[in-house]
Amino acid sequence: MPPVDPGGEGTRATAARLDPESAEWIQVLADTGPQREAGLARLHEMLVRIALSEVRRRGWQLRISGPELDDLAYQAAGDALLAITDKFAEFRGESRFTTWAYKFVIFNVSAKIGRHFWRNPSVSMDAEDWDRLPDRFGFEPEQEAEWRDLLAALHRAVDEELTPRQRRVFVAIVLNDVPLDTLVIELASNRNAIYKTLFDARRKLRAALATDGYLPDDHGRRR
Amino acid sequence: MNGWSELDRFLRTDPSDVGCAEAMEMLHVYADLTAAGAPAEQRYPGIAAHLRACGPCSEDFEGLLAALRDQSG
Repeated sequence: MPPVDPGGEGTRATAARLDPESAEWIQVLADTGPQREAGLARLHEMLVRIALSEVRRRGWQLRISGPELDDLAYQAAGDALLAITDKFAEFRGESRFTTWAYKFVIFNVSAKIGRHFWRNPSVSMDAEDWDRLPDRFGFEPEQEAEWRDLLAALHRAVDEELTPRQRRVFVAIVLNDVPLDTLVIELASNRNAIYKTLFDARRKLRAALATDGYLPDDHGRRR
Repeated sequence: MNGWSELDRFLRTDPSDVGCAEAMEMLHVYADLTAAGAPAEQRYPGIAAHLRACGPCSEDFEGLLAALRDQSG
């Protein structure tokens, strides 16, 4: 991580190689006094607008609406502004400044939605309802004779091939439909670690099902 | 898509998938390229592979693209 250098040589050198609008934003944030305050107010206004659009775009996931949804957006915008003012000296000009800034508000909306689910769970994180699995993957009930053995083999592989943590993550996300960002909070982890755990679980389960002839192997062959 | 192919698609992993940390780190660059019509997938195939497999990162990417569209609209 580069050293923080608000308003110093590093900031001026970065601003010199940016597109004009991004350079102006960096200068405003590095500034002091009323110009900076006005810039921060303008940035906050933009972040609130993006956050409100984003929570409405994702509203169907949330089962909340109205003032509660707006409140979530305002919190996400406020947290994003803090992160941006804290990190703007790290901005390297690989994108427009506004795209970099919007990323913070989008991530904050995701995190707050994850937290909302954690506080208001619709299903227990550790419940295990294997009867949901056919519906989860779109297996038709009238074709049960064809897929019953496959899902039994999957259940067996989950029990026998996965580590306890991989099994817990698989059950929460796949069987219980717990959002990954909610599991991050429940397990005091981060998105990358949970994704990697699920990635490894998927790889093991597919290999087991391919070995038993239920799915084609990596070369498209059935055993 | 039937259950077999949906399950197979879900379980299939791509070794080039960079994971959430790297995708999140570069998401603004990837989104700017995509919004500009540049070949982001070719330039960052590992991020493209990740976005195809990771629901949360893909959702964030869609949100960022929507924000860019709002900005230019």
